[in-house]
Amino acid sequence: MNNILAIAHKELKAYFASPIAYVVIGLFALMFGFFYYTLLGIFIEQGMRMMGLQGGPTQNVNDQMIRPLFLNASVLLLFVLPMITMRTYSEEKRSGTIELLLTAPLTDVQIIMGKFLGAMALYAAMLAVTLIHLGVLFAFGTPEWIPIATGYLGLLLMGGCFISVGLLISSFTRNQIVAVMATFAVFLLLWVINWAGPLTGPRTSAVLDYLSITSHLDDFTRGVVDTKHVVYYVSFIAFGLFLTARSVDTERWRG
Amino acid sequence: MIEVQHLTKRYGPVTAVDDVSFRAERGEILGFLGPNGAGKTTTMRILTGYMPATGGKAVVGGYDVQDQPIEAKRRTGYLPETPPLYPDMTVRDYLDFCARIKGVPRGERAARVKSSMDRTRVSDVAHRHCGKLSKGYRQRVGLAQALLHNPDVLILDEPTAGLDPKQIIETRQLIKQLGGDHTVILSTHILPEVSQTCNRVVIINKGRVVAVDSPDNLTARLRGSETMFLQVDAAGADAKGALAAVPGVTDVRVAEMRGPVAALEVESAAGRDVRRDLAAAVVTRGWGLLELRPMRMSLEEIFLHLTTEDTASAATEAAGGGDR
Repeated sequence: MNNILAIAHKELKAYFASPIAYVVIGLFALMFGFFYYTLLGIFIEQGMRMMGLQGGPTQNVNDQMIRPLFLNASVLLLFVLPMITMRTYSEEKRSGTIELLLTAPLTDVQIIMGKFLGAMALYAAMLAVTLIHLGVLFAFGTPEWIPIATGYLGLLLMGGCFISVGLLISSFTRNQIVAVMATFAVFLLLWVINWAGPLTGPRTSAVLDYLSITSHLDDFTRGVVDTKHVVYYVSFIAFGLFLTARSVDTERWRG
Repeated sequence: MIEVQHLTKRYGPVTAVDDVSFRAERGEILGFLGPNGAGKTTTMRILTGYMPATGGKAVVGGYDVQDQPIEAKRRTGYLPETPPLYPDMTVRDYLDFCARIKGVPRGERAARVKSSMDRTRVSDVAHRHCGKLSKGYRQRVGLAQALLHNPDVLILDEPTAGLDPKQIIETRQLIKQLGGDHTVILSTHILPEVSQTCNRVVIINKGRVVAVDSPDNLTARLRGSETMFLQVDAAGADAKGALAAVPGVTDVRVAEMRGPVAALEVESAAGRDVRRDLAAAVVTRGWGLLELRPMRMSLEEIFLHLTTEDTASAATEAAGGGDR
């Protein structure tokens, strides 16, 4: 465990020593702020219009604003997370520091877990910035906090899946540009894979729906933590990390 | 301390290391000598557990690198060909991280980092970023990293590459000191380095060990005949005839005429000292004997001799005797 934390700590420091952490957090905060601003604006405008009507539907900030905000944030992850994972292995391979890690008394699993936790920590820091936006809503209104908490949990789990895939792809190449592009393409495919549903039979369609990474996020944003979605995300992450371990081991043989 | 038996590594159809066997005892400094692409780095990478071997066995500090990699790695310090530095980290942070992953206990970490930096003379750049260091400093920070956990075995891949002459001398001295209680394997293509620092030399070519011996023995064993170098102030042909008549001399060549002075190389059977007779032959004829000295086969010549293809078979025979 100490070894895992040592690697995670080093990874996190490396993110903040290079411009990556600042660019990633900055861009994410900017885009999230934009979504927040527009969704809040629309919500307020609708509220104004409702005020004139008697007995109309009541407004709900959770359903009308926070949920779409979370879903929009999940789209941002498509673009942002490949930037976090691209360097994890590629950079070490290019600069030769992978030799330090692989000849230190560490297991491959410890290195992978360390890198995963490091990337997750940066991702969590990125999400933490958005707590400010949501905090403001609490200051001026009374949103329900449970769907917000589960929404964050869902985003963390979904991000974990992306990060595990990103680690895997980064372990294939020493070129960071290749890593970032390939990761983005795979994320996008995982995102939209269920669009092919209508073209296939109902059974395949159900499978594709299950595989699509986004279809599992929806319940979280409604305040529901369904075990089947948690199992999906956790097993997805475990599988991604397992494949990364296989990839690192294969690379050893190839030299 | 280190025992390598029949180590083989293939990359697809290419055999990078072919049936390599050698051993190194505690306190020994073993030089790994060979042309580029001979398999030095591959062998070292197998010993450090960076990559698995296709066949054979390597035992470091009593632990098989394949079966008990963590234990073996705990006892090994490794400086790869390119020092594995993180450019965005300061030297101190970098060494602290290395100490952490090498399992140095928290309480001893600061002291170990400091003593490693002192030994490799990098304390003055402790707060600089690794990426901003000169090649010489990088190499030494890499060496500091290898020493951190006080390993039994040090494996250094071209430790003096890229250093200036003063730094090379300092590094060699450091390696010699380390040889006292560590087992050191170092690879190099700089031949004098081997004769100056190593107790024993493994010459490797095309993945095969062609000779294992001490630098002195290698020089002696490969010398089938003695060669003397003479300078005599006489006509070349005259001198040649006179010297060839000396008993025991097998061949005389006029290397060069320098004005009235002839430079000659005289070959004689091994183990027979013909210097007195040569001197007498020159002096009795009234010529001046300006120089007379034995020509030793330098390590360079041995190296070329062993690694040149048409002499490979002879070299393999020579290796048979040296391999213990």
